[in-house]
Amino acid sequence: MSEIFGIPVQALMAQLMLGLVNGSFYAVLSLGLAVIFGMLNIINFAHGALYMMGAFLAWMGLEYLGIGYWPTLLLAPLAVGVFGIIVERGMLRWLYKLDHLYGLLLTFGLALVIEGFFTNAYGVSGQPYSIPAQLSGGFNLGFMFLPYYRGWVIVASLVVCFATWFGIEKTRLGAYLRAATENPQLTQAFGINVPMMVMLTYGFGAALAGFAGVLAAPVIQVSPLMGSHLIITVFAVVVIGGMGSILGSILTGLGLGVIEGITNLLYPAASNTVVFVIMAIVLMVRPAGLFGKEK
Amino acid sequence: MRYELRKLALALMLIPAANIAAAQTSPGTMKLSDNTVKIGVLTDMSGVYSDLGGQGAVTAVQMAIDDYKAQYKPKFKIEMVYADHQNKADVGSNKVREWYDTEGVDMVTDVLNSGVALAVAKVTQEKKRIVMFVGSASTRLTDQDCTPNTVHYAYDTYSLANVAGKAIVKNGGDTWFFLTADYAFGQSLEKDTTDVIKANGGKVLGSVRHPLNASDFSSYLLQAQASKAKIIGLANAGGDTINAIKAASEFGITKNQQLAGLLMFITDIHALGLQTTQGMLLTAGFYWDRDEDTRKFSKRYFEKTKRNPTMVQAGDYSAVTTYLKAVQAAGTDDAEAVMAKMKAMPINDFFAKNGKIRVDGRMIHDMYLMQVKKPSESKYPWDYYDIKSVVPGDEAFQPLSVSKCPLVKK
Repeated sequence: MSEIFGIPVQALMAQLMLGLVNGSFYAVLSLGLAVIFGMLNIINFAHGALYMMGAFLAWMGLEYLGIGYWPTLLLAPLAVGVFGIIVERGMLRWLYKLDHLYGLLLTFGLALVIEGFFTNAYGVSGQPYSIPAQLSGGFNLGFMFLPYYRGWVIVASLVVCFATWFGIEKTRLGAYLRAATENPQLTQAFGINVPMMVMLTYGFGAALAGFAGVLAAPVIQVSPLMGSHLIITVFAVVVIGGMGSILGSILTGLGLGVIEGITNLLYPAASNTVVFVIMAIVLMVRPAGLFGKEK
Repeated sequence: MRYELRKLALALMLIPAANIAAAQTSPGTMKLSDNTVKIGVLTDMSGVYSDLGGQGAVTAVQMAIDDYKAQYKPKFKIEMVYADHQNKADVGSNKVREWYDTEGVDMVTDVLNSGVALAVAKVTQEKKRIVMFVGSASTRLTDQDCTPNTVHYAYDTYSLANVAGKAIVKNGGDTWFFLTADYAFGQSLEKDTTDVIKANGGKVLGSVRHPLNASDFSSYLLQAQASKAKIIGLANAGGDTINAIKAASEFGITKNQQLAGLLMFITDIHALGLQTTQGMLLTAGFYWDRDEDTRKFSKRYFEKTKRNPTMVQAGDYSAVTTYLKAVQAAGTDDAEAVMAKMKAMPINDFFAKNGKIRVDGRMIHDMYLMQVKKPSESKYPWDYYDIKSVVPGDEAFQPLSVSKCPLVKK
């Protein structure tokens, strides 16, 4: 077997592949955070809870209503998005003019409330959610056995990430949105309903989290704590990518997933910390993040 | 503001006054502080381990108190307080200190999480009260870190390794690879299991240490797969075990290699389902469906909580009952006298068969080697285990001859 730096190439390839899968989750989640921060200036600590809600809605849909995976993939993010809109209209919009800290505290509290609600109702061991029948089984890639479902996670995430980037950077609606962030008064003067745009943006960011939740449901146990385990890493991804940068968060998400995968092979004990080490280094060299713009 | 301060000062002055008043009213028949036995349940109320103990532990202890009152009609009052240690050693030990110092708590129980337990043992020894560990696993609690105030009730890492680990090696699973949670509990479990494997002629091919609450297990599992070990030993618990097992079945690893969950609770099996867990061997100190007595208790418990009790929750009930009996027999809640009574009493109830508390604080009782049923064999809800064998307490737990506990005279 050939080796690079004493590591079998096979094992390395396998870890790279798995890193890409995990990176896909990071990318979709950090994308939602970046969209919300970029457009609303809100540091959305409830993102992990929204992700968990997406997974739970998928499980509840199957358990109580008999709705399968595929319809859920659309319905659960919609429901989470609507929940996001209610939160935005009811609470967040009063905070835009205040310091970031207020939004952070509100969403953090909200996350605790949501997680507490689900923990109380379902316990922490979590609920099993099976892989959809069409995607059970896997490819033999030669260097590893890749379950179809994990492959699907990569494809679905990349499509969603690309569509979001395209929507915001290349379409007219996206241009309005960016204009509304840049100068709300002027944009409003042109007859564009800015509060409505902001509301939809938060709803969309929440829906992205819900989507990631549904994607994750068959892979990890659907548990009230699944979001809080992930959210800190995802925040680090956003910081490294540059707060609010769309492309930055996508590329950083994927990249860090891969780096984590390699760390798992070389020195597993550091796999939880490697992201933060990178974050510290990036902040020293480029305080605005890899893709961020200095203000 | 000044008024507030005055109120505060007044309140502070009243605390010692209240204590004196309480001391004066204690009756002569039994030497009890405040004529009250107060039990503290320290557990994980909302974190990763809260399904094992948590609110269910509080319910079990309350049941034990109510049952004791109904059956023995004691002359003293029995009260319970509970708190969440959030899986943090400092939070747990501060809470317990407060309980001992200001609330007159006599005994603390449950204490899931070995890290918290080690801290609580120290405070309890210092304050001369009693702690009965039920949820925590590390053998250290009655080995090098034993105290005269500690009882370790339900199970420990040594017995987990010695029952299921030994059985797996004897069934031909002689090469192992470990996935280990990287903290006191996981390391203790890996070490104890490794000793058992080597003693029985098996070999450990490698191990990988993962952080607590790891988000993804697939990369560790691929390393385990590459080792070609027959058995992948999971030296972790709760959500980590669940996610590892789930990923192993997704990656088709279970076709050629067998998983051994070294610490699995019935709630884990319930969460994963039998399809994924069938055939696994595991150690348990309690199974709700073992006999008439366990079923009777579990039915009453189920009516209150809508779940069957875990080994920890059932153990909490048994531990509290044992303690109350010892208080009654000693005629006092003085820790030394009660502990002497407990160590002299045989324990036989629905939880523990042939139980006794050894000089090092270890409660010895029969342990069970369980195999998880196939989905087709499961006839009713929570019908999950076959009892493969009963291991007597003296064989299951670490013998005193190798103990590092200073209380053991050699």
